[in-house]
Amino acid sequence: MKRLLTALAAAAITAAPALAQTVVVTNGRVVTNTDAGVIENGTVIVRDGDIVAVGAGLEIPAGARTIDAGGGWITPGLFHPQTQLGLVEVGAESMTRDTEADDSPFSAAISVADGFNFDGNHIDEARIDGITRFAIFPSVGRNNLAGRGALADSTGLPGSLFAAEQFLVIDMARSGAATSGGSKPAAWAYLRAAMNDARTYPGRYLSTQEGIVLNRTDAEAFEAAVRGEMPIVFLMDDDGDIRRLLAFKEENPSLRIIIAGAAEAHQVAEELAAADIPVIFDPMRNLPGSFDTLSSAMNAAAQLFDAGVEVAFTTLGSDIYFNPRLLTQHAGIARAHGAEWEDAFRAITLTPAELYGYGDRFGALAPGYAGDVVVWDGDPLEVMSAPTHVLIEGEVQSMETRQTRLRDRYREIRPEHAYAYHH
Amino acid sequence: MKQHGLTAGLASLLALSLAACGNGGEGGSEGGERASRDRGDGDTEIVRIDTNPYPSTYTPAPSGVTLIRGATVYDGIGGELADTDILIRDGRIAEVGPGLEAPEGASIVDAQGRFVTPGVIDIHSHLGVYPSPAANAHSDGNEATEPVTAEVWAEHSVWPQDPGFDSALAGGVTTLHILPGSANLFGGRGVTLRNVPSRTVQGMKFPDAPYTLKMACGENPARVYGNRGRSPATDMGNMAGYRASWIEASDYRDSWHEYWEQAEAGEEAEPPTEDLELNTLMGVLEGEILVQMHCYRADQMAQVLDMADEFGYQVSVFHHAVEAYKIPDLLSEAGTCAAVWADWGGFKMEAYDSIRENLPLLHANGACGMIHSDSALGIQRLNHEVAKALADGRRMGLEISDADAVSWFTSRPARGLGIFEETGSIEVGKRADIVVWSGHPFSSYSIADQVYIDGALMYEAGNPELQTVRDFMLGQPGEGEN
Repeated sequence: MKRLLTALAAAAITAAPALAQTVVVTNGRVVTNTDAGVIENGTVIVRDGDIVAVGAGLEIPAGARTIDAGGGWITPGLFHPQTQLGLVEVGAESMTRDTEADDSPFSAAISVADGFNFDGNHIDEARIDGITRFAIFPSVGRNNLAGRGALADSTGLPGSLFAAEQFLVIDMARSGAATSGGSKPAAWAYLRAAMNDARTYPGRYLSTQEGIVLNRTDAEAFEAAVRGEMPIVFLMDDDGDIRRLLAFKEENPSLRIIIAGAAEAHQVAEELAAADIPVIFDPMRNLPGSFDTLSSAMNAAAQLFDAGVEVAFTTLGSDIYFNPRLLTQHAGIARAHGAEWEDAFRAITLTPAELYGYGDRFGALAPGYAGDVVVWDGDPLEVMSAPTHVLIEGEVQSMETRQTRLRDRYREIRPEHAYAYHH
Repeated sequence: MKQHGLTAGLASLLALSLAACGNGGEGGSEGGERASRDRGDGDTEIVRIDTNPYPSTYTPAPSGVTLIRGATVYDGIGGELADTDILIRDGRIAEVGPGLEAPEGASIVDAQGRFVTPGVIDIHSHLGVYPSPAANAHSDGNEATEPVTAEVWAEHSVWPQDPGFDSALAGGVTTLHILPGSANLFGGRGVTLRNVPSRTVQGMKFPDAPYTLKMACGENPARVYGNRGRSPATDMGNMAGYRASWIEASDYRDSWHEYWEQAEAGEEAEPPTEDLELNTLMGVLEGEILVQMHCYRADQMAQVLDMADEFGYQVSVFHHAVEAYKIPDLLSEAGTCAAVWADWGGFKMEAYDSIRENLPLLHANGACGMIHSDSALGIQRLNHEVAKALADGRRMGLEISDADAVSWFTSRPARGLGIFEETGSIEVGKRADIVVWSGHPFSSYSIADQVYIDGALMYEAGNPELQTVRDFMLGQPGEGEN
């Protein structure tokens, strides 16, 4: 079935440019994420994969495929800023896992794009819950330079990965400290030495293949990040670590920094806002799970927004390879604990797109944006709401997954069939 | 539900306790004696096993008379009552109905436009045994040194200062069941707690709640012991391990019964040597200790149900039960419930067939289903977990009322723990364990505004006077935050 869908979709893609396909989503509450705000009873017109018009009372082009939102909500597709979709299928089975490599000679050179499985089943599950774009993170392996992340869409098709080597992940939390020798000071020492190596690449490596800590390949991979051409996502929770990173940024002003984890970021909110450093944050994390997260709190997201920090939400509370689709629930929790709806929704759509340099392409409904459009049967931040339609670049997506097929196989156990399916 | 109402479980537990201590103090004997001797009709001293040597010392916080007015009440057993009042007196629910008269001196809670449910009950928690912070010294949940550790009791590992209890309270949790982890075939005894601050675990123990036994099937025990090059290393090794223990336990039970019969008949008889591990397993065979079994796959659950038949005991609840939707008929035939997640899965092969409609499909196909958390984060919003499952069920066409779904986090777990006669529903005479929600409990935006345990207001959103703060959080960054 999946192969068939894939084949059909591939055919559609091949045919699309010739056909000048127009899809119209209409009769819904349109959340634009732009100055146009929310448009009641609005329409979104997508032509050849791009949005060409958004508004109320738009004329529907002749011959367009029309999707009636039935009074539901029409929003941009969700953009998940931190997943491992396509890198893991079954967590406990190493044969299905390509997240980290303790025994590799490489660190920064590792690129998750090289292991991304575009038709992993969890991608389908994320898609039918409205996630159309996502970032893919490496886990920390050999040392705190975890490697480089990528961006993909959730079509489940070859070619869905649209940006490889888009950001570098450096783990400065306890886990990164552990693999960098055993302490946070060791992790910082390693980071500074690695920075030094990357900065002096390739000169240093002309006479020898080795830097202070990085081999030639890792130094080459790290170079763009050191020059500020590639954002670095620093994983950390503790407010003391975040303050150290702020000082580090002052010493290294060229760096483009994003903080992920950030359980205590609200303690440093003013400083983060002043330094224009965004955070990727899970509003569900409120327990002192470690001594680095003692001040985590349910209203931390609201505090970050109040201070003017740019915030994208993630779903660390669940497995980020299996349940990234819980993003809307996590945003809803932020809303329940003091965040504005608009901020919470932006944190799962436009803000993550901006973090990775795609704020003019994904995360909003406006002409020029990709036709990533989701129709919901209610407020998307409500746990009982779900998408009825998902479009990615104007293509209407299948709402079937391995899970829905299992569900349908077993929906009815009948006496005449010990199994609810036929052989 | 065959044997796990309070009637069956608790009554027989009490019977055993009474037999144990002769004079029948509530909750068993008062002292620390492991086995006590009483005088029967004749001269023979009969040795009994003390089934409750660490009895509950829980006493409810002082509560006055409270009238909650004008709420939409989900009673936890399928009822949705509009514009209804609840009168709480002496820690119990005194009256439920429209337009109740406020007694003099009653605190009145205006719940117009808000919703009330019974207190949330989580049948699967590791709070206290895997507390926050997750320090090595706190990792007390798995006695993973032998595949059979039926002799250990989770209550002896619970750290009552876990700040997670406070966060769970803010999520409406009034009762929770703490289990050992799943490394072992027989992991040890679980304990049911009131979610109240206390210096001691005994001060949290739900009075007279039946003991439970944690068992685990599938990948976990096989992996833990297989990796050490010993049995069990496979599913078949798991089954052989359980069966060997049940045979031993059956013999142990028979030897005690034989001894008691002889002693009661006035014959000369030597009591068997008491064995902590076998005491617990015998408790299961006698129907006093409720089996709470971690299992994922449908075929594994079917094997376990056959084993329960083989040895004549009951599995009360399968926990995690990711594939329960494949065998609702087998579960209902066995009278066994399934406690499940809304949407967790994928983390190991036996969780790979997780579907989001597991709980509603179970319910619709006549099996007994409920939600559980197994998570210090998830326990804080079991109402959301139920809402997600319900919505997914409805989307596939299953007709289930909100009121029925409320039972998945209230009365169902109460029944699964054998405490339903005391809590889990809003009915006259029950403990006043009540949550007043800011909005519909199935909304992302609703929070628990007021949480009552035994009629005492234990938590109120936004009221710093009513935030429980465990010792660990005193003087820490984040003190008093939820």
